[in-house]
Amino acid sequence: MEWINALVQGILLGGLYALFAAGLSLIFGVMRLVNIAHGDLIVLAAFLGLTVTTATGMHPLLALIVVVPLMAGLGYALQRGLLNQTLGDDILPPLLVTFGLSVILQNGLLEIYSADPQKLSAGGLETASLPVGGLSLGVLPLLTFAIAVLVIWGLQWTFYHTSLGRSFRAVSDNQDIAQLMGINRRHVFGLAMALALAVTAVAGILLGIRTSFDPSVGGGRLIFGFEAVIIGGLGNLWGTLAGGVILGVAQTIGAKIDPGWQILAGHIVFLLILAVRPNGLFPRIAA
Amino acid sequence: MPDTILELRGLDAHYGDFQALYGIDMQVTEGEVLAIIGSNGAGKTTMMRSISGLLSNRRDQIRYRGGAIGNLRADEVAHKGIALVPEGRQLFPSLSVEENLLIGGQVGRQGHWNLRRLYDLFPILEERRNVPSTSLSGGQQQMVAIGRALMSNPDLILFDEISLGLAPVIIKDIYTALPGIIGQGMSAVIVEQDISKALSVSSRVYCLQEGRVSLEGASDTVSREDISRAYFGID
Ligand SMILES: Nc1ncnc2c1ncn2[C@@H]1O[C@H](COP(=O)(O)OP(=O)(O)OP(=O)(O)O)[C@@H](O)[C@H]1O
Ligand SMILES: [Mg+2]
Repeated sequence: MEWINALVQGILLGGLYALFAAGLSLIFGVMRLVNIAHGDLIVLAAFLGLTVTTATGMHPLLALIVVVPLMAGLGYALQRGLLNQTLGDDILPPLLVTFGLSVILQNGLLEIYSADPQKLSAGGLETASLPVGGLSLGVLPLLTFAIAVLVIWGLQWTFYHTSLGRSFRAVSDNQDIAQLMGINRRHVFGLAMALALAVTAVAGILLGIRTSFDPSVGGGRLIFGFEAVIIGGLGNLWGTLAGGVILGVAQTIGAKIDPGWQILAGHIVFLLILAVRPNGLFPRIAA
Repeated sequence: MPDTILELRGLDAHYGDFQALYGIDMQVTEGEVLAIIGSNGAGKTTMMRSISGLLSNRRDQIRYRGGAIGNLRADEVAHKGIALVPEGRQLFPSLSVEENLLIGGQVGRQGHWNLRRLYDLFPILEERRNVPSTSLSGGQQQMVAIGRALMSNPDLILFDEISLGLAPVIIKDIYTALPGIIGQGMSAVIVEQDISKALSVSSRVYCLQEGRVSLEGASDTVSREDISRAYFGID
């Protein structure tokens, strides 16, 4: 039973990791940009949530209605004002610039919020649990997983059933020809980053409710996000969810074997999958 | 006296240090079909890329409906009513046949062409509307590329070697359909290596040679000798 419990907890944890990963996956898919600052943007969202909840006394989940548009707006501005200028044939400039952005964000957060660990208080939600078939499942992890599925579904739907999604795919296929269709790729990239950071806002708030955070924890979230994306296969959002789940399960099972093994077990499973399936488990079939 | 819809005034184009076009002068009259011929590497595609905004030029080197557009981006040029059917078709592989057509319509210009009329023109595309564009034959892909450009209801349509790599019967079909397509009040520039095809559909012809205009004339009066001289640069 304990093992089943660890398995189920891992699956639910995977939802959070999928949320870390979805924005990364989307950005890479649309504009081949690897955003090193992604983890720090998650942490930024958590801190924004902290500011909003302390200032207004709002429940952190309600604070999403402020933080999500804020992060989306920041995403659009960041892309149009900075990141678009780094995109080109060379993949190094965006890597360097987002790395620099990561350093700036960490230090900025440290300056404003100090290095003290913070937490978003969600009241009874943090401890509430549901008995399911002999297991006791936390309501928060269940909710997180449900949100992750909803977010991935929403992104998938946007990609395949809206004209914005069509533009995303067209620009991803061939930027020049997409421009010929009247699509301004800089604007489309801005919208993609806005969408990615909107998802990041959700991830940041849920992270902040689940665990304590400080300005330095972004790097770890970035790694988990990367691992989930790569396990799932680049360019496949449902694969990203599966990748998050596999990573989550590896960690909880690892922790069950030895509490010190949690993180390491995740990395080992990631490396094993990479060794066997270098393109991930469910790569989008290359055209 | 019909108006000039497009005018090139001393158009230059460069790829880094390499100059591909040298001071091209050209006019396209409203409603006419203009043919561009020239051997491989003469600069035909470069000219199409310049007009459509994929290559950036000096502002006043390209004038469209009296306005200077040489420095506009391709998406801005598309909104002004110029569409390019690019060399090699270049469909979006991640998009279905119908999505490839719809994305052409995203510019939102109203006019004769819509999905229904395109499917009437190319019924096979309606049958195959939901398959990935990559699974079509070359000829069908060319229909999509043409349809995608038409969906933006352009006033000026540029065709860059629509018959390249296609079977003769298919080329014949496409050229049979062409007058009906262009007849919708559009002006057209057709780049074509097949000289007799080019002359048969156009009212005037320009020949490019190593980035310069080597011949300009009415399609029904230019002689074979003039063309081969302009084409190969043999004096
Ligand atoms: N991206 C590029 N970089 C550098 N040089 C280029 C590039 N594209 C074309 N060229 C050069 O510019 C010249 C004109 O090329 P262009 O493609 O316009 O010719 P074309 O008339 O369309 O030829 P084709 O009949 O083969 O399509 C050629 O010498 C070509 O090598
Ligand atoms: Mg060419």
